[in-house]
Amino acid sequence: MASLAPTFGRGAMTNHWVDIKNADLVLIMGGNAAEAHPCGFKWVAEAKAHNQAKLIVIDPRFNRSAAVADYYAPIRTGTDIAFLGGLINYLLTHDKIQHEYVKNYTNATFLVSPDYDFEAGLFSGYDAAQRKYDKSSWTYAFGADGYAQVDETMQNPRCVFNLMKHHYSRYTLAVVNNICGTPEAQIQTVYEMIAATHVPDKVMTIMYALGWTQHTVGTQMIRTAAMVQLLLGNIGLSGGGINALRGHSNIQGLTDLGLLSSSLPGYLTLPAEKEVEYQTYLAQRSYPAIRPGQMSYWQNYPKFFVSLMKAWYGDAATKDNNFCYDWLPKLDKIHDVLQVFEDMHNGKINGYFCQGFNPLAAFPNKAKIGGALAKLKYLVIIDPLATETSEFWSNFGEYNNVDASQIQTEVFRLPSTCFAEEDGSLVNSSRWMQWHWKAADPPGMAKGDPEIISGIFLKLRALYKKEGGAFPDPILNLTWNYDIPDIPDPRELAQEYNGKALADIKDPADPTRILVKAGEQLENFTQLKDDGTTSSGCWVYSGSWTEKGNMMARRDNADPSGLGETLDWAYAWPLNRRILYNRASCNPAGQPWDPKRAIIEWNGKKWAGFDVPDFKVDSPPSAGMDPFIMQQEGVGRLFALDMMNEGPFPEHYEPFETPIGTNPLHPKVVSNPAARVFKGDLEQFGTAKDFPYAATTYRLTEHFHYWTKHVVINSILQPQQFIEMGEELAIAKGIANGSIVKVTSNRGYIKAVAVVTKRLKSLTVNGKTVHTIGVPIHWGFKGVAKNGFLANTLTPFVGDANTQTPEFKTFLVDIEKA
Amino acid sequence: MSLQSLDIIARSATTNPSPQIRHTEEVAKLIDISKCIGCKACQSACMEWNDVRDKIGTCDGVYDNPPDLSPESWTVMRFSEVELEPGKLEWLIRKDGCMHCADPGCLKACPAPGAIIQYSNGIVDFHEEHCIGCGYCIAGCPFNVPRISKKDNRAYKCTLCSDRVAVGMEPACIKSCPTGALVFGSKVDMIKHAEGRIADLNSRGYQNAGLYDPAGVGGTHVMYVLQHADQPELYHGLPNTPRISPLVSWWKGITKPLMSIGLGLVALTGFFHYVTVGPNEVTEHSKEEVEEEEEK
Repeated sequence: MASLAPTFGRGAMTNHWVDIKNADLVLIMGGNAAEAHPCGFKWVAEAKAHNQAKLIVIDPRFNRSAAVADYYAPIRTGTDIAFLGGLINYLLTHDKIQHEYVKNYTNATFLVSPDYDFEAGLFSGYDAAQRKYDKSSWTYAFGADGYAQVDETMQNPRCVFNLMKHHYSRYTLAVVNNICGTPEAQIQTVYEMIAATHVPDKVMTIMYALGWTQHTVGTQMIRTAAMVQLLLGNIGLSGGGINALRGHSNIQGLTDLGLLSSSLPGYLTLPAEKEVEYQTYLAQRSYPAIRPGQMSYWQNYPKFFVSLMKAWYGDAATKDNNFCYDWLPKLDKIHDVLQVFEDMHNGKINGYFCQGFNPLAAFPNKAKIGGALAKLKYLVIIDPLATETSEFWSNFGEYNNVDASQIQTEVFRLPSTCFAEEDGSLVNSSRWMQWHWKAADPPGMAKGDPEIISGIFLKLRALYKKEGGAFPDPILNLTWNYDIPDIPDPRELAQEYNGKALADIKDPADPTRILVKAGEQLENFTQLKDDGTTSSGCWVYSGSWTEKGNMMARRDNADPSGLGETLDWAYAWPLNRRILYNRASCNPAGQPWDPKRAIIEWNGKKWAGFDVPDFKVDSPPSAGMDPFIMQQEGVGRLFALDMMNEGPFPEHYEPFETPIGTNPLHPKVVSNPAARVFKGDLEQFGTAKDFPYAATTYRLTEHFHYWTKHVVINSILQPQQFIEMGEELAIAKGIANGSIVKVTSNRGYIKAVAVVTKRLKSLTVNGKTVHTIGVPIHWGFKGVAKNGFLANTLTPFVGDANTQTPEFKTFLVDIEKA
Repeated sequence: MSLQSLDIIARSATTNPSPQIRHTEEVAKLIDISKCIGCKACQSACMEWNDVRDKIGTCDGVYDNPPDLSPESWTVMRFSEVELEPGKLEWLIRKDGCMHCADPGCLKACPAPGAIIQYSNGIVDFHEEHCIGCGYCIAGCPFNVPRISKKDNRAYKCTLCSDRVAVGMEPACIKSCPTGALVFGSKVDMIKHAEGRIADLNSRGYQNAGLYDPAGVGGTHVMYVLQHADQPELYHGLPNTPRISPLVSWWKGITKPLMSIGLGLVALTGFFHYVTVGPNEVTEHSKEEVEEEEEK
C-alpha cells in the first residue's frame, strides 16, 4: 500500500475482483492467486474463458497459478525490480507506451530539481552512517508561480521521462537475464506480450500479494509495476489496474482503520515528535495543488482530522483546545512490529496485548521472537485459537525447545470469536465493505473482540477515575456512548465510522436548505467540516451507513454495464467508487479510450456512467483537472518525489541474504541502503559460503496461515510439513523424494519432508548456479495436523525500508538429509 | 445411498425388470483439467456433504492428499508433472473418482442383488446395505475406483451426489469449485460446453485437446476436457481405452446365472434348516469372538 499511494494517491487495489474478468492480459507476479486466492482467481478463469485473455505467471516456482497459465517464466526470488525495470527499458526503447496517457496523466513531463542525482547505486542525499536519505533533492523544479514546471515536449533532459529513460537504460535483456536468471528468450516473450497492451483498447491487469511486499525492496517492486501500468495506460480502465490481493478477508479494513503504529483511521497520520504545533501538523498534510486547476483532495485533511477528533472526544474537543490535538501521542519513530519486538528483546517492554496475531509464527527469526516474549512480565492473548504464541513458554521438543522453568512471563488467554460468530463488516481487496451476519454462537466462554476490549477499557477508565494518573484526560474523555457500554454493537461502531452532523448542515448553494439535520447520519465525507460540526470515525468509510441505513448490507448484484459494476452490492469506499481513478479511462476530451470498456464519460454536463466518477463530477474536460485527484499535481507519479525511503525511481537491490554476494549493477551498494537493520541482526545474516541456496516461504491452498492446522478437513488435505526442491539439487545431495531433510539458516533449522519436483529449476545468475528451496509455512506445534516447525525459525529479522514488512520471501539456507 | 426407486434402470445380480414409467435426463459432470488449480475445494465439499473424514495422513513427497481414494475419500486430486518437450513443464491436476460409466463394470461384476444400481440419469450408485464386501466391483472397474472399508467390509465410492441430484441440486463438488473447472448438467449440454472449451484450448496451442468420454465403457457420466486427449495416460494413468475386464463379461455371461441358482439353493437350504432345526442361537462365546474381531 505504501507504493500505490505515492504513485496514484491511494493505498488500495485500483480495480476490483470482478473487474479482473475484463482484462485482455493478466500478469501474476509477486503472488500466486490460484494458490492463495482460489475464489478470487475465478475472475482470471472468467477472463480466460470469456474474454480470450492470456495469463502470464512469473515466479521462482512453477505454482498452481502457473498450472493454468498461458505462459510461465521462472525468476530468482527477490529480483523483480530488475525484471520490471528491464520491461520499462523495453517499452521505452521499443516505443510501446500509450503516449497520450503518459503525457497527460503522468508526471513524465515534469522537470526534476537540478540537485536530484543517481550514481553507482545511490540517489542524491545519502547518509551512510544513518542508513538514511536526505530526500530534499527528490522534488520537482518549481517556477516563480509556485507551480511545478513541465515540458510538454518532453525534450528537456531533466524531465521525468528522460531521467526515467536514462535510469532504466542500464536494464538491458542481458543485464536482466544475468540478475534474474530468467532465460533471455523468455524475458523477451513476456515483454512482448505485455507491450501489446499499450494500445488504448488492450488492457493488462497485474495481480500481486506478499510475493512482492515481503522483501526489503517490496514497496519498490510494486512501484515498478505501477510505473509499467502508467506507461501502458492501464490505470483507471476496466480490466486494468494493479491489484493488491489481500491475504486476510479484512486486512484492507485494518489499513483503512489505521491499525499501524504511525497511522490514524482513514489514512490520516499520527504527528511526529517535532510536530508540537497543531497548525504545523495540519499544514504538513494539507497538500496544496502544485499544478493549476488540480483538486489535490488532501487539502481537506483538517475536515477529516477534526471530524475524527469529534468522534473520539465529542464535546471535549473544541476549537479552543485544537480539538484535543495535544492528547495524541507524538511519534519519535515508527513503532512497527519489528521495532516492538526489538524493544521487547532489549527488555524495554513489560506487557504485550496480542489480538488476533500469532507473532511467534508470523514474525521473523522465531528464536528472537520467543526470547523477546520471555522478557515480558505479562502477555495477553486475544484469539479464537490456542496459538503457538500463547504457548511460547511450553516445551514441544524440537519444535519449541524451551525451558518453561526459566520463563517468568504470565500469559492470559482470552478466547475470542471467529468471523462467523459475530455480525460486522469485512473490507475485501476491492475496498468493498460487506456486512455479514452471525452464523453461530461462539463456543464456551469466547467473547467478541469489542466486548473484550471494552471490558479492559472500562476497567482502566474506572481506575483512572478513582486513582488519577499521569495523564488521564484522553482516557476519561473518550466517547463511549454505546447502549450497552460493555458490549458495543457492530452497528453502533459502523455508524460512528460513517459519522453524523453535530449541527444542521446547510446547502452551500442555498443556505435556507438543510442537507442534514443535527444528529443525523452524514451522506458521505463531502459533508465533513473542519469547525467541529461533524464527526466521523473514519472519513473514507463515510457513506457506508447513512440515514438510508446500512449500505454495506446491500445485496443487489444488478450489473447494467455487463462489466461487473454492481453499484448496489455492498459499499465500496470511497463514495462507492468501484474502479479508482476512473477519469483516466477517458481521453483528455472526456471520451472513453475504449468504448467497450466505457465506465464513465463526460456527457456535456457532467461525468456519469456505470461507475461513480472518481472525479469532480461537474468539472468539464476543458478545465484541465487531471485524474489522480489525491495527488498534488493531479497525475500518476513515475517519479515518486520524496514519498519513498530508498529513492524516487525503483532500483534493483539484492536481498540481504543474497546467493550471489554482490549486486551486478553496483557492487558497492548491494542491498537496500535505506533498510533498517538492528544491531545484532546483522551478525545473524548468513552468506552464500555457508548457506548456498536461495529460499523462499509461501502459502498453500489447503491452509490459511497458522489457523487451519486446527481444522480436521484442512489437515486431511495437507497433513504434514514439507519443503520443495528441484530434482537436480536432490540428486546432487542424494535426497530422495518423500524423505526427511533438515533445512538450516543462520538462525535455526527446520526438518520436513522433501518434495522433489520438476517445478523448481536451477537458474544461472551472474555466472553461478542458484538453486531455490521452497518453504511452505502453515505448520507449528498446536492444532490437529502433524506437528511441525515454525517456518519463521529460518527467516531474517529485516524489513522493507518503507513498511518494515519482513523479508520472508528471500533468504539463504543449506539443506541436508536429516 | 438414497433410493429413488422409480429411476432405477439396472440392479446388480437381479433379473427382474426395473420400473419403466418415468425417465430422467442423462446428466454428466464435466471436469475441465485446463481450468483446474488443484485447490481441493471439491475434496472438502465431498467430505462435508457426505460427512466422512479420512485420517490425517502424511506427506509422501507429492501434493496428493489423501494419497489415494478410500472408503472416506471418494474423490482425490492427482498431480502429474509432465514435460512433453524440454523446458515446457505442465502440472496436470486431475480430479479422480467414479466415472459413472454407461456400461458399469462394477455393476456387472457385483454378485450381491441390488448392491449396485444404475439410475436412468446415468448415476451408478452403491447401496452399501446390500454389499457383501466381495470386492468384485473393484475387479470390474476399469478405473480402479471402489474401495472396501475395513470397518464394515463394504464398498464405497462417489455417488455423484445422487441424493442432491435427485432433488435438483448439483453435486457438492460442483458447487464448491471456484474456477468453473467442474460443471454439471445434462450430458448433451456438457458435451456442448466441452466443445467450446476445446475450441478455446485449440486456439491456445493445444492441438490435441479433446473430450474424454470413452466408448469402451459406453461413455461416462463424468467426463474430462483434456489438453492432451491423445495421451490420457499423462493424467496420472487415466486409461487410454478403458473397457470392462473380459473376465467380468465371462463371469456375467456364464457363472452368474449358475451362482444365482447356487445362492437360491443356499437360501432354500437355510429356509429348510430354519423350519426343521430352528433359528441359529448366538452363544456368548461366539459373540465375544466377533467383538474381539471388531476391536482389531
